[in-house]
Amino acid sequence: MLYEVTIDGKSYRLELNHVDGRWSCRLDGRELEVDAVLVRPDVLSLRVGNTAYEVKSEPLANDLNLWVGNTRFAAEIRDPRSLRGRARAGDDHGPRNITAPMPGKVVRLMVHEGDEVEQGAGVAVVEAMKMQNEIKSPKKGTVRKILVNESTAVNAGDVLAIIE
Amino acid sequence: MFKKILIANRGEIAVRVLRACREMGIAAVVVYSDVDRAALHVRKADEAYPIGAAAASESYLNISKILEVAKRSGADAIHPGYGFLSENAKFAKACTDAGVKFIGPTAAAMRAMGSKTRARQAMEKAGVPFVPGTSRGVESFQEAKQVAARIGYPIMLKAAAGGGGKGMRLVHAPEQLKSALEAARSEAERSFGDGEVYIEKAIFNPRHIEMQVLADEHGNTLYLGERECSLQRRHQKVLEEAPSPMVDADMRRRMGEVAVRVAQAAAYTNAGTVEFLVDQDKNFYFLEMNTRLQVEHPVTELITGLDLVHLQIQIAAGEKLPFTQENVRLRGHALECRIYAEDPDNNYFPSPGQISLLMEPSGPGIRIDSGMYEGWNVPIDYDPLLAKLIGFGADRDQAIARLTRALSEYFVGGIKTNISLFRRILRDADFQDARLDTGFLDRMLKRPEDKRVDSESAEVAAIAAGAFAVLGATAAAVSGRAVGKDSAAVDAAPSKWKDASRREALR
Repeated sequence: MLYEVTIDGKSYRLELNHVDGRWSCRLDGRELEVDAVLVRPDVLSLRVGNTAYEVKSEPLANDLNLWVGNTRFAAEIRDPRSLRGRARAGDDHGPRNITAPMPGKVVRLMVHEGDEVEQGAGVAVVEAMKMQNEIKSPKKGTVRKILVNESTAVNAGDVLAIIE
Repeated sequence: MFKKILIANRGEIAVRVLRACREMGIAAVVVYSDVDRAALHVRKADEAYPIGAAAASESYLNISKILEVAKRSGADAIHPGYGFLSENAKFAKACTDAGVKFIGPTAAAMRAMGSKTRARQAMEKAGVPFVPGTSRGVESFQEAKQVAARIGYPIMLKAAAGGGGKGMRLVHAPEQLKSALEAARSEAERSFGDGEVYIEKAIFNPRHIEMQVLADEHGNTLYLGERECSLQRRHQKVLEEAPSPMVDADMRRRMGEVAVRVAQAAAYTNAGTVEFLVDQDKNFYFLEMNTRLQVEHPVTELITGLDLVHLQIQIAAGEKLPFTQENVRLRGHALECRIYAEDPDNNYFPSPGQISLLMEPSGPGIRIDSGMYEGWNVPIDYDPLLAKLIGFGADRDQAIARLTRALSEYFVGGIKTNISLFRRILRDADFQDARLDTGFLDRMLKRPEDKRVDSESAEVAAIAAGAFAVLGATAAAVSGRAVGKDSAAVDAAPSKWKDASRREALR
């Protein structure tokens, strides 16, 4: 399999195959001796050469984190032969969803539909565990839609508003 | 001895008390709110009773509902844990009135400690040291000058009606006193409509050290050594240790004797903690008494070899303390990390949610008191304390080494935790040299964090991303569907091929 992998913003071209229990691996053209066992869901025991690693997979609402030891990496993986490319997260054009970073309750809305907002301007306040967190706009634009009310309970990843 | 104990709490402390009950052959009854049906303390209990809505006032703080469960279940004692109703004198009294033993001090002792003025009078009579100063406002500049000279500069002027730093002035030398006093008075007058100002000795970068006491109902009161609790954020303790690196045997004895006098002055019974502020010259001053079991009690348990919850239950059952002060021997060193559901990258904001993966450390010298489990959804309604990781060693260095090792094994996925904060604290040179005070964490967090990541780890992550995909695990994780891990045939079988690429396209 050929993959395009992005780790913390840096792209790698990875060829990885697992046939009859044997692994073959080329990372950016370099051949590496690799051996991987999924020891339980989300936990991979990985050997590169003879160096052993435990890698944990942490799927979140919109992202995937991979932890090598205690270091966290934001990971994206694509099969370049797949035609369905993913919109890049950093794309500044078009509408952007503002999502709740954690479960909680919307205690305050700071904008109305149609308002112009600057990048970094507060849009809503979400409360969890007696603490309030201001959710900020990721870009300058117009508030197209607000999908919650004050006192709406939200889950991580729920869309609060759309900015265009 | 009691036959059945009701635990009026939740989270790790409810589980902690439950375990003590089990060890002592006592049945454990728990209560839970609507969002805690699947909580660990309910899973482990002998009997569990729903008591209402998530809001604490509807459930864990609701005295009549809890007493009703005590009656229905036939519990003969109630353990309040910490927080919630643990320091509520009304609750302690209501338990007594209902004929259920409250495992803790009497309502009268709680009230004595709750009132600052009454507590202070009783304490001063018992020779307990307070931060030097005036307890009432100063009348004139002349009086202020005399008081300041008596207690010694630097001093702090504080508005009697004050709070939030308003009407407060730090004065280093006599020549600054007059203008500072006038400024503090007018600011206090403007802010609170009351210009009364009192004087206290200024204590820079104090340490927060507390002494554990135990008192039975037969007049025996003992101290079990101190805990160093100087590492705090927003006045919340983060990491505690015992013994305190700055306290020697003589200071421990003097602090312990004061703590015993504090407890005796209030006719205190059961477990309690006397908190002190300690200045850089090792002078200690009484701050307050906590009339409950503390979150950080395990570090004392590890260095004394005692089980404080067992002892609390024995004392409440009317037993005498089974040892004397001479029998209390400290051995080794223990540190506790409070694992909170909070996000280090977002100013430590609470981070509730579902725990997708939990890997807990174990091995020599490691204890975990936890209220979480994999798959559990951490509710948004309560304190974000998830668990306590405690490390024990023959000395402080070994305890730190074990804790560092354990932290490297600890993984909580799906929610954010402050585990990385402890890795940072434990490798800090000042921490390792035990240069601790209440400003330590704020100073450490102001320094930029060394976030260098080696490119090798990133490459390992890239290979792992591919391996997860090849083994059919990434898509499962992303879509939340359960997909078997046995996908060795992915590359060979055409149908699975298609499935795999379809799943990958979802990413």
